[in-house]
Amino acid sequence: MNYLDEFRNKALVQKTVAKIHALSKKKITLMEVCGGHTMVIQKTGIPGLLPETITLISGPGCPVCVTDHKFIDTAIAYARQKNVMIATFGDLMRVPGSSSSLNAEKAQGADIRVVYSSLDALHLARQHPEKKVIFLAIGFETTAPGNAVAIREAQRHQLDNFLVLSAHKRMPPAMSAIIREGVRINGYIAPGHVSTITGADIYRFIPEQYHLPVVVSGFEPLDILQSILLLVKQAEKDEARVEIQYQRVVSPKGNVKAQNIVNEVFEPEDSWWRGLGILPESGLKIKPAYKTHDALIQLPINVPETKEPRGCICGEILKGLKKPSDCRLFGTLCTPVSPVGACMVSNEGACQALFRYRMRGD
Amino acid sequence: MCLSIPAKILEINNQTARVSVRGTEIEISLFLLDGIKPGDYVLVHAGFALEKIDFKKAQETLRLLDEMDETK
Repeated sequence: MNYLDEFRNKALVQKTVAKIHALSKKKITLMEVCGGHTMVIQKTGIPGLLPETITLISGPGCPVCVTDHKFIDTAIAYARQKNVMIATFGDLMRVPGSSSSLNAEKAQGADIRVVYSSLDALHLARQHPEKKVIFLAIGFETTAPGNAVAIREAQRHQLDNFLVLSAHKRMPPAMSAIIREGVRINGYIAPGHVSTITGADIYRFIPEQYHLPVVVSGFEPLDILQSILLLVKQAEKDEARVEIQYQRVVSPKGNVKAQNIVNEVFEPEDSWWRGLGILPESGLKIKPAYKTHDALIQLPINVPETKEPRGCICGEILKGLKKPSDCRLFGTLCTPVSPVGACMVSNEGACQALFRYRMRGD
Repeated sequence: MCLSIPAKILEINNQTARVSVRGTEIEISLFLLDGIKPGDYVLVHAGFALEKIDFKKAQETLRLLDEMDETK
């Protein structure tokens, strides 16, 4: 078993789709909150396989999409400083800031390196003691543990030129905000890789407080279809509980070792989300014990007032209140080649997913 | 951003492992996971193994789908 092909099996997909059609009677709307799910759903054409009773909408699960313009503007301001090297995941390169992007800055000579792992950024700091290496740390609970390891290792090896601009986000406060904002959904397809770290128990408040079912899903087509089936079953019986479809890696308690490393290095802080505003304890900042590696403390910088692009409805789309096709910029002024907003720039944003895989059918 | 892929552990050297992702070999960190041995499959994200993949549970998931009666 390679854990990919088995979960793309056509016969089982057809069987699961048939079962969903047989059971689904109530009209329901399900939200997937992970950008990875958004991409797989559009790429594999799942919406076209479902009965008319089921609507899928995308939520705020793409870090690039929900992160403040100010983060990019700050990174750009750092990139323009002397003796600074920026290390970043590739996802951020094309995100437009208020007046530039990291890609544009690199083209003009700024020292910006794309890394695959936080440890690659740490390696750059070791190789370039003459530079401050600033690692742009965005991501959800999935990514935070690895970034925490890099900070801890930098401290252990006294690599004081390794700095981190932290904008980590935590998923549960956003899932709760979506419901409190009155977005009408009947269940959550919960993020499988976030849950691998946190455990599925972090979602228990959702059925308890809001009577909404939650199914933690894997990322292959069969995983997503089985999760939809489990949500349909709960909805038909008017039940609400947390179920784990992605049993092969997700447990109720998660990866405790990874959680401990995160808690050692980071602490919760209030954080701004595109579309949702400031949510209490929805971000992670570096603890004072590790301030030697906190870019904002070691290298304070002035960033001009940030501007959001005009006409872009990315914020409403991230809440599931509007569809990409409701935006007058979608597919005309805003395309993956020349994106206006974050939901089109990110390769797991709802706008880009729809543009890439669904344009012909819509 | 949370994209993670299954990889097979080939060789372990302290906190680093050489893994195969469908034949492509890369090095990953084992800082976040204990008790891994060659031959295990792990879920890899941004250079770190996040969790061991449970073969029995994967089989069980597939069995449930295969055995269900799709008509009722």
